[in-house]
Amino acid sequence: MLDRRELMKRAGVAALVTGLGSAKAFALDSVTLPFDNGERPLVKYPQKRPMISLTQRPPQLETPFSIFNEGAITPNNAFFVRYHLADVPYNIDPDKFTLEVKGKVDRPLKLSLKDIRKLKAVEIVAVNQCSGNSRGFSSPRVAGGQLGNGAMGNARWRGVPLKAVLDMAGVQQGAKQVTFNGMDGPVSDKTPDFVKALDIDHASDGEVMLAYGMNGEDLPVLNGFPLRLVVPGYYGTYWVKHLNEITVIDNVFEGFWMKSAYRIPDTPNNSVEPGTAPKATIPINRFTVRSFITNVADGAKVKPGNTMLKGIAFDGGKGIKEVAVSTDGGKTWTPAKLGKDLGKYSFREWKLPVKLAAGAYELKVRATNNAGDVQPMTPLWNPAGYLRNVVETVRVTAA
Amino acid sequence: MRHRIVLTLITLASLSVASAYAVPVSYTLPEETAAFKPGTNLEVVQNNCTACHSADYVKTQPRGEKFKKDFWQAEVIKMIKVYGAPIDDADVGKIVDYLTANY
Repeated sequence: MLDRRELMKRAGVAALVTGLGSAKAFALDSVTLPFDNGERPLVKYPQKRPMISLTQRPPQLETPFSIFNEGAITPNNAFFVRYHLADVPYNIDPDKFTLEVKGKVDRPLKLSLKDIRKLKAVEIVAVNQCSGNSRGFSSPRVAGGQLGNGAMGNARWRGVPLKAVLDMAGVQQGAKQVTFNGMDGPVSDKTPDFVKALDIDHASDGEVMLAYGMNGEDLPVLNGFPLRLVVPGYYGTYWVKHLNEITVIDNVFEGFWMKSAYRIPDTPNNSVEPGTAPKATIPINRFTVRSFITNVADGAKVKPGNTMLKGIAFDGGKGIKEVAVSTDGGKTWTPAKLGKDLGKYSFREWKLPVKLAAGAYELKVRATNNAGDVQPMTPLWNPAGYLRNVVETVRVTAA
Repeated sequence: MRHRIVLTLITLASLSVASAYAVPVSYTLPEETAAFKPGTNLEVVQNNCTACHSADYVKTQPRGEKFKKDFWQAEVIKMIKVYGAPIDDADVGKIVDYLTANY
């Protein structure tokens, strides 16, 4: 029996059907990312606020950068979307969803969403960042998704440690890696399915998570409903969406998306001379340290006098030790005040009051993590346009 | 090849509703508006490329001298060899010429 409130909720759902029936007002407006050929439509998708459209099928949506000035947590309806293959599961029955755990385990499992939700839940605040975030700034330019800086986001993920599920299944001696496959797949059977792998020790570290919750809600459909992998500190390519198949293997996985794609140069800082090819490569892994000014856009005018600068910083899991700001193009630096610590995998907010007399300024922000890794003053380069973490510059005029 | 045709009637804006009632979730993408530019061999490109991805995959790539014929040739070969696109040999040159001329 439905009570009145439930009926009204359902009526609300029904009303949405009508609202979404007309999809003609697709492009609301457009934005221009600050590199050549950077014009993008601003689009409205279900469960999302207006987002920057990179591609429509499969959908890839970038977060408008101003969102990052709203707080350390990126709202679900503004969180970036990245798919590789166009057979996306747009119809999902959470009651029929099954996560299969198989391979080199003593007790193969088939878990429903209810089974998973019954396990002891954990939460972690962690940044997810696309490997190709900021690729459009790569110089020389490289092929691939031409993203600005909005293919990243920070959320409070809720779910169960992957370790708990692996322990239930009983990982056998000799296990080397764990592979992860989601419900999304290729349109053609000849296209390699999107499958990723982690070493068994990493998969069992207690931090890698099977997440069903994001910022207090279920995952949005385009962010992996009803279950996704969360790999704190690692690039988003490992955060497999719509996760329904986990396989423990006793070798190193050789699927296309590990062996050929998402590779970085096997050099000390994973870069090569711009325009050249590396001799050897390794799978992409942890984030490099980054920081941004979020409250002043490049080319902005500010009033002469006191201005509060604010922004965010993050790294691959050592945690942010210091954020320093320069108002003179990098000659002198002043440490900023760090905001609340939401954990070593989270965005860390920072702020710094500066005094700007009338004139033009190059504002720079540079983060250092607890391992002493610091952002470079000049960009590192690799052929896929990954790992961008140059010290960002925002040009402003006080007038 | 198979196309997933989504015939959906209900789109849930809030998945907290979905979990409360365990309602199957159906998601409808906005209508696809990205299109290839008019040009010679447009049909060949539409027939070979759009089964797997929308036209904006092409449109958003970098421009300039390094992103002409050799670049597009390499992209088309990658689609065939890496992603298994069933493109006839006779169409490869037409697709490359179209992309080079228009993007």
